[in-house]
Amino acid sequence: MIVYGVALLSLCLIAGMLAGETLGVFMGVQANVGGVGIAMLLLVFASNTDRFKTLTEGAAGTGIQFWSAMYIPIVVAMAARQNVAAAADGGLLALVAGVAAVVVSFALVPVLSRIGKNTDAAGGEN
Amino acid sequence: MDIIETVFVRNNLIVAFAAIGLVMWVSYFFANKLTAGRIHGSAIAIALGLLAAYWGGITTGGTRGVSDFALLGGIGLMGGGMMRDFAIVATAFGVKFSELKKAGLAGAVSIFAGVIVSFVVGAAVAVMFGYTDPASITTIGAGAVTYIVGPVTGEAIGASDAVITLSVAAGLVKSILVMIGTPLVAKSIGLDNPQSAMVFGGLMGTTSGVAAGLAATDPKLVPYGAMTATFYTGVGCLLGPSVLYFIVSAIF
Repeated sequence: MIVYGVALLSLCLIAGMLAGETLGVFMGVQANVGGVGIAMLLLVFASNTDRFKTLTEGAAGTGIQFWSAMYIPIVVAMAARQNVAAAADGGLLALVAGVAAVVVSFALVPVLSRIGKNTDAAGGEN
Repeated sequence: MDIIETVFVRNNLIVAFAAIGLVMWVSYFFANKLTAGRIHGSAIAIALGLLAAYWGGITTGGTRGVSDFALLGGIGLMGGGMMRDFAIVATAFGVKFSELKKAGLAGAVSIFAGVIVSFVVGAAVAVMFGYTDPASITTIGAGAVTYIVGPVTGEAIGASDAVITLSVAAGLVKSILVMIGTPLVAKSIGLDNPQSAMVFGGLMGTTSGVAAGLAATDPKLVPYGAMTATFYTGVGCLLGPSVLYFIVSAIF
């Protein structure tokens, strides 16, 4: 049943969001801390565990794959509802701050990816 | 006219599916015919979406882009946080534990590095533009983290409304630039494997920007980037009004 996969996906998201909100309260932060990330971990766990096979294989699996495939269209809709006009209206300060943050962060991607690999290699040698 | 409006508004989510489907078809058509596949169809679709959002914003004066047009209201639901998170989680289906473990440490480091670096850059720009009070500098720095961290921090430490608005604008600029810029720089920053995607998500942090940027680069990388990005805003909201504010207060 396709809906089994959809239900599993939904339960993962709800459980992740609850955990994220709880973490936020626990840390004294007005935000959901990693709710979606936790939900993703739950789904990865479920799809790698034999016990959940009936919920992730066959027709049930296509229920999850459908939403995975709808991801890009949903992101396009998300782009179409952003407050682009406000970003353009923010003036020079907002523009410079936003652009500078992105440029510096882009530049750090290869640096940090390398650090990850170096510690990995060092760990392997030890 | 009345009949069309009634049907469109009453079935607004369905209208959104049809409208987005049309945009995707046009985008992939142009990507294949005009650029011979060099530019990803989804990159064109996202750019069209942003253009439409700008047009919607200046035409209606609203804050939700094209979805402020009554006939396209369903795009607000389809592209809202609920559906976005649902679809992001679905992309994790089929991800292997081993890949996550490999980049776990680098991913975690990148979240903290990303928040602090963006904050410092944003705060420096605020100082450059002549701000001298710690609350304003901190809030604008927090806005460069994400457009959620900015107002959360600003409200917590009592920044002025004008500064909070600026911080949101800075965060929006960041998010939009990540959407457009990621596919363009992906090759030169080595963004072609799960590990660098996790680092990328942690450094950029804007969930919308990372989600769209990776989708337009290589959809296979989406779950890895999204996984770390979703922790970023929480860490930002944690550090912004506390440690980072204290440090800024100590300096200014």
